[in-house]
Amino acid sequence: MSTEHTHPVTPASTYWLTFLALLVFTGLTVFVASQDYGRMNTPVALAIAVTKASLVIIYFMGVRYNTPLTKVVVIAGFMWLFILFGLGLADYLTRDMVAPGR
Amino acid sequence: MASHPTTEHGAHGAHHPKLQHHFFSMSQQLEASTLGMWVFLVTEIMFFGGLFMAYITYRWMYPDAWEQSSNLLNVYLGGLNTAVLIVSSLTMALAVRAAQVGSRMGQIVNLILTILLGSTFLVVKYFEYSAKFDHHLIPGPHFAPTHEVSGALVNVALPFGSQIFFSLYFIMTGIHALHMVVGIGLMLVILVMAWKGKFSPGYYGPVEVSGLYWHFVDIVWIFLFPLLYLLGFHLGGH
Repeated sequence: MSTEHTHPVTPASTYWLTFLALLVFTGLTVFVASQDYGRMNTPVALAIAVTKASLVIIYFMGVRYNTPLTKVVVIAGFMWLFILFGLGLADYLTRDMVAPGR
Repeated sequence: MASHPTTEHGAHGAHHPKLQHHFFSMSQQLEASTLGMWVFLVTEIMFFGGLFMAYITYRWMYPDAWEQSSNLLNVYLGGLNTAVLIVSSLTMALAVRAAQVGSRMGQIVNLILTILLGSTFLVVKYFEYSAKFDHHLIPGPHFAPTHEVSGALVNVALPFGSQIFFSLYFIMTGIHALHMVVGIGLMLVILVMAWKGKFSPGYYGPVEVSGLYWHFVDIVWIFLFPLLYLLGFHLGGH
């Protein structure tokens, strides 16, 4: 019928908690960036960014309520991104292994 | 026949006025719109992905230029804009929720807040960009990096490759800002529709999929902020 709910309505409190978590992680990423962990600087920053992005995708974008087909499309999108990064880095990171002039 | 069709498709005259004829039900219609939006967002992931790949490649080639150039970006304005976008994502999610529970006022208030926050982001970006012009940080023949120390501009020597950093900074944040402009335009259309009372608990697809776009633009910034602004923050100088 016309008033059917297509997926459950998320309580407003869930959105507020997600929002607070995102603010906390933003503060955290600024704090850890002010410290120098050497080679771990970028992995730490990216771990926080991936966590924040996951919160947005799962809660704000509500992917948890979507059908398996939509979920597969979302995951496939990021898989293609990693293929791009993976093959790109497979080239650039291995160039030094080849002696110059060869 | 005794087995009169009782499916939503068969119940002609009883189905939702917004149900297009090629869909069985409102939930199938919404899922199709959502899937379509995600397919578009996947192309957006790959579009920004190419820029991030360029970022990775040149950062690998010029790591020192990357850190020291990053240190000239304004972490406080970047952080402020990060917070502004996070609040706007909250108001966006609440606008979708307001449509789901049939609150017209909730949609209008949250959509206006989302538009205002998006505009705030662009105003902050304007001040950031003009400071970069004043500090001669625009790549090209007049690239002469300076840093503001107690009101006076002091020259900064940056390693080779810093112009590439600033090129990518302007391209990535510029295209992101363009997406914000498009998002604000989209929200204005949705606001007018919400104002006219077009959405109901049974039909809120346009609010939902526009919201997906808005959140996606937020996600891009979630990665741009640490990778551009925070990279050189530990070097100090702010």
